[in-house]
Amino acid sequence: MRYIFVIFSLVLLTFSAGLAQVDTLGVDSILLNIAPPSPISNLTVYDKANDHGHALILEWTPSPDDGAGMNTVMLYEIFRSESPDSPFVNVGSVPLGNSRYDNIGILEKESRDYIPDNTDLYYRVDAVTINPEVRASSEVFGPVRSYSNWFHRGRVPVLLAVLIFGGLMMYFVTVARKGAELYVRPLAGISAVDDAIGRATEMGRPILYIFGLGTADMISTIASFTILSRVAKQVAEYQTQLIVPCYDPIVMTVAQEVVKSSYLDAGHPDAYNDDMVFYITTNQFAYVAAVNGIMLRELPATNIYMGKFYAESLILAETGAVAGSIQIAGTDEVGQLPFFIIACDYTLIGEELYAASAYLGREPIMLGSLKAQDYAKAAVIILSILGIIAANFGLTAFTNIFKVLD
Amino acid sequence: MKRQIPVFLVFIFGVFMVFQYFSPHEASEWVYKFLMDWIYIIGIFAMALGIWSLIHVSYDKIKHKRHDWGYSVVTLAALFIMTFFGITGFNENGDWGFYFMTQEGLTNPMFLNFFNYILVPIETTMFSLLAFFIASAAYRAFRARNVLASMLLVSALIVMLRFNPYFGDAFAFYMNKTAAWLLNVPNMAAKRAILIGIGLGMVGTALKVVLGIERGYMGKG
Repeated sequence: MRYIFVIFSLVLLTFSAGLAQVDTLGVDSILLNIAPPSPISNLTVYDKANDHGHALILEWTPSPDDGAGMNTVMLYEIFRSESPDSPFVNVGSVPLGNSRYDNIGILEKESRDYIPDNTDLYYRVDAVTINPEVRASSEVFGPVRSYSNWFHRGRVPVLLAVLIFGGLMMYFVTVARKGAELYVRPLAGISAVDDAIGRATEMGRPILYIFGLGTADMISTIASFTILSRVAKQVAEYQTQLIVPCYDPIVMTVAQEVVKSSYLDAGHPDAYNDDMVFYITTNQFAYVAAVNGIMLRELPATNIYMGKFYAESLILAETGAVAGSIQIAGTDEVGQLPFFIIACDYTLIGEELYAASAYLGREPIMLGSLKAQDYAKAAVIILSILGIIAANFGLTAFTNIFKVLD
Repeated sequence: MKRQIPVFLVFIFGVFMVFQYFSPHEASEWVYKFLMDWIYIIGIFAMALGIWSLIHVSYDKIKHKRHDWGYSVVTLAALFIMTFFGITGFNENGDWGFYFMTQEGLTNPMFLNFFNYILVPIETTMFSLLAFFIASAAYRAFRARNVLASMLLVSALIVMLRFNPYFGDAFAFYMNKTAAWLLNVPNMAAKRAILIGIGLGMVGTALKVVLGIERGYMGKG
């Protein structure tokens, strides 16, 4: 038995060694004997449009041996130089089948991938086979330069929209300043703010104002500051207690200033103290736990949620409902709107959050801007209908007008 | 003057931000990045103010023995204990010390234990409460009080039941198709309408702030 095993092992070893030798010889011979492929043709290099510079785009017609012919091209290697005579440096590669390479440089001059702007550059593309020694180089293309652009042409539709919208807004603000009566649809959520503050005063309980998790640079938080200023002014007039727990320290600092100014405007600066607006934490669920604790301990008559809310929206609103508070919410976070609609008494949906400050103040200038928004919405509706018709009839020229490029 | 200078600064930087959106030039990007760095700088100073605010409010509650002041003791204790362990630790030579500029504190075993075995479970518990709140909110939302509420109930049932494995392939096929239609057509249309309104509202608010029409963020409504 032992002999059979030894003989079998020797036979197996011999066979394996033979196979290995044949295989090595075969691969080597294939690598050595491979014929150079045909080079690529029609190489063009141009500056990348609408960018900060330091970027060029290469396009070419693939080698005839890429996926056809001898079918030996495995990849294309891209080389760059600042002179046609100096050595070319490999700057990247793309697999077979590609005919474009975006040579995007980085801005640090020390980096190997830095591409200087306004400098003559030369490019070459090699069609490379499985044996890296066997390749075919293209003609050198150049000189070509990269530039930094001052204006992003792909964003012309946005610029036009902003200009038209800005013009509409200025027109209606001017009309409102001249004393024209502007009708705006009443919002139940905004009308409820006055009642809610009155209710808190009658019950002798505080009003809880929550910004959510928004930071000071978010538009929803900026809109919320404006609403807070109106609410704080009324709270100061009614001599009710206001509690504003904050998630973000910058929001806290701004909110303190907003509430302080409102108390001053209401003629009750002495009623203000910094502890009305305080910081809790920048941790989402620790913040929720703290605010829920305040709701259940202080039992505020009214909870006002205005700003950016995420997963905490329902936890806050349901706890507020359990505490028996009147709740008014407003957010531009579409995913959280259903939760607020279910758990709160009044909800400002999306843009109503931005309109709220104008409604609360009833100042003509602010109402003028709302009117502009209404006209812009009407324009969007008309253009959407026209767009649907144009797209269905294959009129791409119309739909392309609104295309915004990155 | 106290109001005019901030309004002027908001106008200048607001106009620059609009310009920056339309100008991809290197110089424009550099200024944008430079201005964005200021957010971190302001944030660090504001954090100091925030922590001071938390300490002050909590200390005030403890001092005057206000309702449930014990929670403020826990808050302050947690703040100081985590800060202490977060800035102390052992370096690679095994020497204990204070580390304000390096990350030894973040590998302090006490810091990690407090973080992993107290903070994380508490956070997870808070988040898991959401499941129960969703159940109670769904019960209220899906009561068939009128035609619209009944439609909502039926739509919700279709969207939820499509994942039910007990109904067989034919049922799942039609449920999936109906649910996909509900999500992609009426639901998407409503969402997009809200989003367009939000977009216009954002631009309107931004323009009002930049042009100095809206000054509520300064406390001047």
